[in-house]
Amino acid sequence: MGPLLLYKALYFMGFLKGKERVGMHAYNEVRWHGRAQQGVVTAAKVLAETAMKAGKNVQAFPEFGPERMGAPVKAYNRVSDNPIRVHGQVTEPSFVLIADPTLIGMVPVTSGTPEDAIYIVNSTKSPDVLRTELGLDGTKARVYTIDADHISLATIGRVMPNTPMLGAVAKVTDLIGIEPLIEGFKDNYSKKYSAKIIEGNQNAMQRGFEEVKGG
Amino acid sequence: MTAVAQTQRETGLTGNSAIAYAMMQINPDVCPAYPITPSTSVIEEFSSYVADGKVETELIPTESEHSAMSAGVGASAAGARVMTATSAQGLALMWEMLYIASGMRLPIILTDVNRALSAPINIHCDHSDTMGARDSGWLQLYSETVQEAYDNLIMAVRIAEDKRVQLPIMVCLDGFITSHAIENISLLSTEAVQGFVGEYTPDSALLNVENPATFGAMTLPYAYMPLKKQQSDAMTASKPVVEEIAAEFALLSGRNYGLLEEYKLDDAEVAIVVLNSSAGTVKDAVDTLRAQGKKVGALKPRLYRPFPHAEIAKALSGKKAVCVLDRADSMNGFGGPLFTDIRSALYSDANRPQIIDRIYGLGGADFRVNDALGVFDELFKVQETGQVDELIKYLTV
Repeated sequence: MGPLLLYKALYFMGFLKGKERVGMHAYNEVRWHGRAQQGVVTAAKVLAETAMKAGKNVQAFPEFGPERMGAPVKAYNRVSDNPIRVHGQVTEPSFVLIADPTLIGMVPVTSGTPEDAIYIVNSTKSPDVLRTELGLDGTKARVYTIDADHISLATIGRVMPNTPMLGAVAKVTDLIGIEPLIEGFKDNYSKKYSAKIIEGNQNAMQRGFEEVKGG
Repeated sequence: MTAVAQTQRETGLTGNSAIAYAMMQINPDVCPAYPITPSTSVIEEFSSYVADGKVETELIPTESEHSAMSAGVGASAAGARVMTATSAQGLALMWEMLYIASGMRLPIILTDVNRALSAPINIHCDHSDTMGARDSGWLQLYSETVQEAYDNLIMAVRIAEDKRVQLPIMVCLDGFITSHAIENISLLSTEAVQGFVGEYTPDSALLNVENPATFGAMTLPYAYMPLKKQQSDAMTASKPVVEEIAAEFALLSGRNYGLLEEYKLDDAEVAIVVLNSSAGTVKDAVDTLRAQGKKVGALKPRLYRPFPHAEIAKALSGKKAVCVLDRADSMNGFGGPLFTDIRSALYSDANRPQIIDRIYGLGGADFRVNDALGVFDELFKVQETGQVDELIKYLTV
């Protein structure tokens, strides 16, 4: 069995679901949902920087539209072991990261996702409740929740849900690891932010990693 | 020359950051600018380098793009190395001065972050801006990725200033898709870039009092036409220079660039021709179909002006069916500019393929792997029947 046949067989058996289903190019694709000023564009950037340090090929890009504070925004990542050549919107993400749960029902957050997509939602509610709210009952989707508002308030001093969510991403996906995330953040942002802010963000990441629930 | 690589794909930069970083490494004498979306952050970040004393550049904030290019013409004629950046309406407002720059043989280096021309107002990517400037006497390089945009800009300095060329050049990259997306990039050290671009020493300049010269003078017909012939000859002569400088850059960077990039084209029976970021998407479609045993390929012109007509004709000769993807419509009732150019280049080739034009991605319309697969399906049908049903068509509308 050649590598292509093997790939196809694995794909149809379901082992490779969650990858872009075009040809042999398996990119891990991520869609972030949030509201303008919640930091999802920065979060996508930090995710990319962390994956890149681990030798991955990455893309991070926002969806652009009129800039209005509080408006729904999306940001995207592609992460791959191979060079990423495709340029275009992410329309079939295997990972959906929702920084603002009030977007559920307003914005089609499950659009284009495979049946076994991974969802991480900033919410105080249980993963089961969120599964229902997302309309995913009876599917193979994996739904996780993390109380990112309270964690960021306690660690950073303001509501900045993207940071704990990155810790949750490190816990429940293979996209990034928690150590590279925490260390990389310090390396990349020490010039830009004070030591106190860096430490707060690092603590937020660690707590996001530890406190994410579901599966 | 030894390879000096500061980073190997471990830096993540947006296209605009990479352009601003290259400009910092090049350290031009003058940067006249009037920022416009989506090229704004090029000038924003470069102005930080100026303010931080990382460069010695005279940054001139102007009141319009027309003034920015006018200041560029003045500075370049005075003997300065001039770089700037713009997009869409900004390039359109430079229109009059683009021709002055090329006619005066001023090697100004401009980055255009491709954006749709209004109306309707749209800030997203298409190629209508630079395609409109394709016959303004500027060289044009197109860039698929953040890496290519960075590399093209560094090479552009040498190409424009080469004594055989002495023409302005624009480096084009796709607005938002490339300009605002973080991708892996390998950066050269600033010393390596400085060594590569060298000092700009024009043969004549307004500030060269040892050798006074007249610039931009009125010419009567007896002088105008020979000067235009010289300009035209310089444009033609620039093609081998682009190749030479790419070869030299390859020694420095390990990255190879031709006038065109052929992707699995050798034994291909059908092919897509495409510029800039969508070339990567088309390559993925090519691999998908190759995995099914289909003989497909892609051709990405990197140099568009001067038009590498002979190289393109050679690359496409003998193919059965070719689709040119145009991210701009010439609005002349005969498709996009790349299509008419390529069709013309193939006219005298005895083994020319059937050729169709598909307009895609206007105003930022998404172009996906599936869209490219759909184009290949159309080409298979043309190949099978030998007939072209629709010569020119808009995709994804």
